[in-house]
Amino acid sequence: MSILVDTNTRLIVQGLGEAGAFHTDKSIAYGTNVVGAVRPGKGGQSVRFEGETDRSGVPGRPDRYQVDVPSFDTVREAVEATGANATVIFVPPPFAADAIMEAAEAGIPLIVTITEGIPIQDMVKVKRYLEGKPVRLVGPNCPGVITPHQCKIGIMPGYIHQAGRIGVVSRSGTLTYEAVKQLTDNGLGQTAAVGIGGDPVNGTSFIDVLKLYNDDPATEGVIMIGEIGGTAEEEAAAWIAENMTKPVAAFIAGTTAPPGKRMGHAGAIISGGMGTAADKIAALQAAGVVVADTPSDMGSAMLEAMKRAGKA
Amino acid sequence: MKIHEYQAKELMKQHGIAVPIGRVATTVEEAVAAVRPIVEASGNAVVVVKSQIHAGGRGKGRFVEHPDVPGVNVVTDGLKGGVEATERRVRELAEKMLGSTLVTVQTGPEGKQVNRLYVEQGIDIERELYLSVVLDRATGRNVVMASTEGGMEIEEVAAETPEKILRETIDPAVGLLDFQARRLAFGLGLAGAAHKNGARFVKALAGLAVGLDTDMVEINPLVVTKSGDVMALDGKMSFDGNALFRHGDVTGMRDLSEEDAAEVEASEYGLSFIKLDGSIGCLVNGAGLAMATMDTIKQVGGEPANFLDVGGGATTENVTAAFKIITRDPNVKGIFINIFGGIMKCDTIANGVVAAVQQVGLEVPLVVRLEGTNVELGRKIIDESGLNVVSATDMKDGARKIVELTGGVQ
Repeated sequence: MSILVDTNTRLIVQGLGEAGAFHTDKSIAYGTNVVGAVRPGKGGQSVRFEGETDRSGVPGRPDRYQVDVPSFDTVREAVEATGANATVIFVPPPFAADAIMEAAEAGIPLIVTITEGIPIQDMVKVKRYLEGKPVRLVGPNCPGVITPHQCKIGIMPGYIHQAGRIGVVSRSGTLTYEAVKQLTDNGLGQTAAVGIGGDPVNGTSFIDVLKLYNDDPATEGVIMIGEIGGTAEEEAAAWIAENMTKPVAAFIAGTTAPPGKRMGHAGAIISGGMGTAADKIAALQAAGVVVADTPSDMGSAMLEAMKRAGKA
Repeated sequence: MKIHEYQAKELMKQHGIAVPIGRVATTVEEAVAAVRPIVEASGNAVVVVKSQIHAGGRGKGRFVEHPDVPGVNVVTDGLKGGVEATERRVRELAEKMLGSTLVTVQTGPEGKQVNRLYVEQGIDIERELYLSVVLDRATGRNVVMASTEGGMEIEEVAAETPEKILRETIDPAVGLLDFQARRLAFGLGLAGAAHKNGARFVKALAGLAVGLDTDMVEINPLVVTKSGDVMALDGKMSFDGNALFRHGDVTGMRDLSEEDAAEVEASEYGLSFIKLDGSIGCLVNGAGLAMATMDTIKQVGGEPANFLDVGGGATTENVTAAFKIITRDPNVKGIFINIFGGIMKCDTIANGVVAAVQQVGLEVPLVVRLEGTNVELGRKIIDESGLNVVSATDMKDGARKIVELTGGVQ
């Protein structure tokens, strides 16, 4: 049991450039079932990936792999031919919004967008386009989604993950890895790790992922990693106080960030808050969340939250 | 990316938005020469001379060299002495303002040098209003905000009289609709010709904001004249840097002299860099980790010299550039490299660091913490380079080590 992705996930790749190919190779090595790639104008060809698995504990994977990934001109063709139920997008920023909408139009239920630097107005249009469609967008500007030993979609290093009891959700890529590694080292492990991305307009919120973890029987606790700006953490805190039945730990980056360097100050007015780290930490603590002082203490904060709930 | 007021007004004019008649000047002679055509075209003997810098609060700001001169000056000499009197006064002002340092609440105590003036027609103001278009992160849509409290900071209005802020959300599928623009104009108490002009202004501004990919556009004050015209008396605009590729004309308006030289150089290499006041240089991948690295350095008693995110797709060349920018700061007494490789590979970082040290040398302690994609390869490159590098097991360990090596807790 997991959230979002597992061994039934059939993944296609949009944007098989240098970075896309590198990380697709790593995903295959981790055991992810990559069934196709969308390369407009190169449909009918295939791309071969071969190498050694990264021994991440994926059951039934041979040490060596050799995979021929077929290419398609359009997402719709790829879905029809492969039965893909997830896509990962590495398409460059000017064309990424179109790639997301093409995937949504083709009805792919999970769209993970890694691309960093998509114009905000493009994402405003994407969000509107996705309304009412039965699809979930994760990202953009995120590391992706992983269920340890089952499926890795994105750019996170697979070997730091260990199947376990904790759900991870984060706005920051590299801080996700920090949390994951500490949870592996202290034995709690992860049920999944989801990067929701650092952009102001994204597809999946903290609350969306908290709900998934709350309903997932395998997940016993959750760690969320936020940062300054916006009010997503405050909203998550309010949701946790009302609904969360599992222990939660958190870390907020940016306690010492210099003021006055943010842009569009009027943007914070609408949401009725300034989005400082102190505001977010206070809101989370009031909701019963254990907040780590430094990123090196995320694992121990989770352990503390589990102990308070009688689960460790 | 920010632009000057005169540039913002130029863009508004191109989009059919009413702005006062004005001319930009970089010399005293240009400022004086601007007076006559403005007075003749506007029919108003009054002109305004405004400092052009990328910071607000200019009206209340003062010059370091001339504490009696504010950043914005209304010249009324022409009412009695004719256009020659206006020209004389503009000359006096321009001589004092150009090249001098203006300090406002937003520039910090060091102020900013004024290299451009904007000479503008005087306006018979009946009312001052507020108008802006910003992104509402909660809904993922653009919002037009308006208020009757023109001239006040919108933060103050939000804190004291939030009911005076009117909002209309823009549906990206259809844009701001006519009825929404009318509703805002009614909400602002505009009637007759002013209502019609106000609604047209709002709609055009919303179109500009979306069409030009602004981060924020703020008109404060938006003025209603005695004759019912609605005009932008001031205009602040900043743009989404990720969308500049499709706005060559806007990109051309960038004024590098208004930006920190190191930050500009960093941006050319795809690095996100912010100079700070401490002594420990930081080179990190990921904005969240970079912020958290600063937090951790402070937690263990040090002070970061910068925020630096090398980003996900950095090459060896980018990393080398980052290292050079950090070491150029004379305040830097030590460097902490903190990498958790995902899309960024540890060997890329390692090669960049080794190349940079070979080019510029290394005179301060260097602590490196590598983790993630290709970590073994990265560590091997560092180990075999013969560089004098201290390895750290995790972020806190690295922060402690660099603080110790740079003289301990401050």
